[in-house]
Amino acid sequence: MIPIVYNVRSVVRRPVSTALTALGVGLVVAVFIGMLALANGFRAALAKTGSNTNALVLRKGADSELSSGLGRDVASIIAADPHVATGADNRPLVSPEVYVLIPLAKAFDTTQIANVVVRGVSDQAWQVRSNVKITAGQRPTSGRPEVCVGSRLTKRFPHTGVGQTLHFAGRDWTVTCQFSAAGSAFESEIWGENEQFMPVFRGDVFQSITFRLKDPATFDDAQRALQADKRLTVDVHRESEFYAQQSQLLGNILSFLAIMITGIMAVGAVFGAINTMYAAIASRAPEIGVLLTLGFRPWTVLVSFLAESAFIAVIGGVLGGLFSLPLNGIVTSTTNWSSFSEIAFSFRVTPFLLLAGLIFAVVMGVVGGFFPALRAARLQVVQALR
Amino acid sequence: MKYFRLVLANLGRHRLRTVLTILSVALALFLFASLRSVTTTLAATAQFGGARRLVTTNATGLVFPLPLAYGNRIKALPGVTGLSWANWFGGKYGDGKRFFANFAVDAESYLKIYPEIVLPADQRDAFLKDRTGALIGKRLLSQFGWKLGQNVTLQGTIFPGDWTFTVDGVYTPTDPAIGDDVLIFHHDYFDERIGRAGIAGWYIVEIDDVSHAPAVAKSIDDLFRNSSSPTKTGTEREFQATFATMWGNVSFLMSTIGLAVVFAILLVTANAMMMSARERTGEIAVLKTIGFSDRLLFALVMVEAGVMALTGAVLGLGGAKLFYPAINFNGLGFLPGFTVAPSTLIIGALVAIGLMLASGLAPALRAARLPIVQALRHVE
Repeated sequence: MIPIVYNVRSVVRRPVSTALTALGVGLVVAVFIGMLALANGFRAALAKTGSNTNALVLRKGADSELSSGLGRDVASIIAADPHVATGADNRPLVSPEVYVLIPLAKAFDTTQIANVVVRGVSDQAWQVRSNVKITAGQRPTSGRPEVCVGSRLTKRFPHTGVGQTLHFAGRDWTVTCQFSAAGSAFESEIWGENEQFMPVFRGDVFQSITFRLKDPATFDDAQRALQADKRLTVDVHRESEFYAQQSQLLGNILSFLAIMITGIMAVGAVFGAINTMYAAIASRAPEIGVLLTLGFRPWTVLVSFLAESAFIAVIGGVLGGLFSLPLNGIVTSTTNWSSFSEIAFSFRVTPFLLLAGLIFAVVMGVVGGFFPALRAARLQVVQALR
Repeated sequence: MKYFRLVLANLGRHRLRTVLTILSVALALFLFASLRSVTTTLAATAQFGGARRLVTTNATGLVFPLPLAYGNRIKALPGVTGLSWANWFGGKYGDGKRFFANFAVDAESYLKIYPEIVLPADQRDAFLKDRTGALIGKRLLSQFGWKLGQNVTLQGTIFPGDWTFTVDGVYTPTDPAIGDDVLIFHHDYFDERIGRAGIAGWYIVEIDDVSHAPAVAKSIDDLFRNSSSPTKTGTEREFQATFATMWGNVSFLMSTIGLAVVFAILLVTANAMMMSARERTGEIAVLKTIGFSDRLLFALVMVEAGVMALTGAVLGLGGAKLFYPAINFNGLGFLPGFTVAPSTLIIGALVAIGLMLASGLAPALRAARLPIVQALRHVE
């Protein structure tokens, strides 16, 4: 075998060309990782929103909380259901919720309007949603026009700090606390008491009812029992599945774009790599002739040049990974068209993505290096040595 | 011109290399044109809207309806020449995987206020007479394989039940922003089936003069300020713009990514072009010996770079311009009227010229400045 040192030295001998090729590959990899990190972050935010131990009830046929509507009678039937877990005070862990969207102007550009979720919850909601933690202030007092604001809203929208007053639905609401919810979509919501929101929004109707299952394994039973109940016309979803499904539309669009854009880019980068390697091999024909004269077999020359191309690509892959790392954790926001609401989420650059980026780089290098390497291996000694 | 054959011969020497270089330039510019068109299309959607149309929505939020009774009061205001209303329906067809907009409209006034919705007169009449009729954009025909006169059943998500409509007409929008994948049906039928709730999602108000828009908008909002459902009125353009801005940072991210892509590919391409020029030291020396001037050699190398960059540009930009209309692209309904704007083509062409300079200048200068004696040493 031709020692790999030969390739490393050759690569180092032409630093500009190597750097340009590696940089090109690196940018492709960075975009690849960056775009998938975006799709990933979006999916993760919604996947974390729902809990496996909770069930979400919507009106039959409704595909989002927004389009659903349930009466008080439904809420009381569900609260009495044996599948519902009970809290320490023996009250059922049920949260009949009001779910509406309100337009809020963004802090940095007031012409940009976002549809923010306002969720009216019951007293039990804070227990039902175990991922929700109050990080500052006190929970809204029942009977008062008070709200608690998700942590991702505070920086992006004015008047959302604890102690400030938000104005919506024609009334003033005091912000008494701020909550976090493990990076989930709840962090982009405003929570208040359901009984406070009912009269100012849509009247005596809930949009969804979420309850904690006594035993997560009995979800199917609970679903069957409630959907078969003649008094109800509802669909019962596992909360985790429901929110994961809400991420499908946009998540798929983002992934599709990531694959398509980086796919086209990759082809361009591979073309570039092929050219670079052809040029490299053309200018090193005498060297290759010497190698062949020395007795190295053509296939070892092939492997050697493939390795060289892969080596340049790996440099690019590492560069690309490094470029994409600062993206991790950056918060961005968009409208989730499945729920029509604005959701903030962060880029998630995972080790898996970094590895995928590196593999992607190597593949580009090997594909780009193959035909030039083949030509190198097939060189006629006499001709090459001239 | 006699030297052009020399340039062509040079390009033909490493045919594969030339083709690959041109193709990668083409791909870079194709991608650039595609991504920039997403941004320009979104911006164009926000520009849509007759300046004489205002939209009145519930001040609390888009998802809250307004009383149907507001219509007559708005119509009575000075400056208002036309009025229509609509309500988002949100029905699904089939498995619901393929989203399309559908809403209930006050048919006669809606078609009058939107002259952009064009359809044959007989279909128009048939739709207006048929209470359970629907009008669809022409894209829905191919999308779902529907036919004129067929019955289609939507499942209501907000308004439960099966809703069956007869496709009475197929329209072609003259303004792409209006959407050719929309189904509209009679508001009166809608209102009856939901138990005469008397709601309208939004009102479209036509005014007599563009300059009156702020005044009329204010008088509408003032009229309902102290009612149970205060209104928010703005021009149709503002209304559309709120949808475009809903993409938030994501559309900005896309354009950033687009630039990174173009830069990456151009980098690699420029490198390859420079490398191929560097190989020819010897023959440039020979050309100089037989009397080619420095300036001519400079020009020859530049022209070679230019031919590659510009051929790539024509393929990439022209390809984008022809490709999207050919597949009738509308971004899954999110980008109605997707077009590659002339400004995109111009910027793309400038990028190609920049690429020519970046990749051609260094080798061209080298060729021009090459000392013959030294260079000839390399020639056997």
